[in-house]
Amino acid sequence: MHHTRRSVLRGVWAVGALAAAVAAGLLSPGRAFAAWNKGAFEAKSAVDAMRALGMANAEDSKAIEIRAPEIAENGAVVPIDITSNIPGTTSISVFIEKNPFPYTGTFDFSQGSVPYVHLRVKIGESSPVRVVATAGGKHYTTVKEVKVTIGGCGG
Amino acid sequence: MAEPMKIRATLQGDVADVRVLMAHPMETGQRKDAAGKLVPLHFIQTITAQLNGKTVFTADVSQAVSRNPVFAFKVKGAKAGDKLSITWQDNTGDKRTDEVVIRAGS
Repeated sequence: MHHTRRSVLRGVWAVGALAAAVAAGLLSPGRAFAAWNKGAFEAKSAVDAMRALGMANAEDSKAIEIRAPEIAENGAVVPIDITSNIPGTTSISVFIEKNPFPYTGTFDFSQGSVPYVHLRVKIGESSPVRVVATAGGKHYTTVKEVKVTIGGCGG
Repeated sequence: MAEPMKIRATLQGDVADVRVLMAHPMETGQRKDAAGKLVPLHFIQTITAQLNGKTVFTADVSQAVSRNPVFAFKVKGAKAGDKLSITWQDNTGDKRTDEVVIRAGS
């Protein structure tokens, strides 16, 4: 099993065909928890995903810190640290706008953790990384541009 | 059965810094193997962390998370000796839980 960077990136790049495969019943997406928002995860744009999550009206905020490399040499593993300084933040959601399926995940802190998370993601080409923090039922957003120098797709 | 996670949980005051490495291919469904066949979609979808049996952190993620995922988060109200367990479940229904004891900070 070869996991070359190129093939990993191609994977990220080409997942578009995936939705069709799912629709055709070739793949059965897991139903681990009812909460896993299939509609949002399969949305092809960050705007559609945010709408599916009820976050379309997020307002800009400077109180969300995104630490990520401005230039990522390896798009298969891009480290991101996110902290929300908005009081009462209950969750943080991440969208990589240029990925085929931008919605990357939601991290929920409401039951006993600090609104901070570190994760490592695949980014197919240079892309804005959008973060939405939810606090008191309202949504706040900020964005950071990440350049992928050696993209698998001419990035 | 999936390989064990590597979890480190260290106290900073009453907050536990948790770092976890999960062994998982996180296949996007489009990568081809050496024989040219598509490797099926296979990725972790949900993550739950519990402090002494009480859920304190959850995550829903997509296949865009890198292979052998690493996450870090901070759990409030922890003490040295508390038990921290982490569970992941993937899109095939496979799951794994591992537990560590929270260590005092240096």
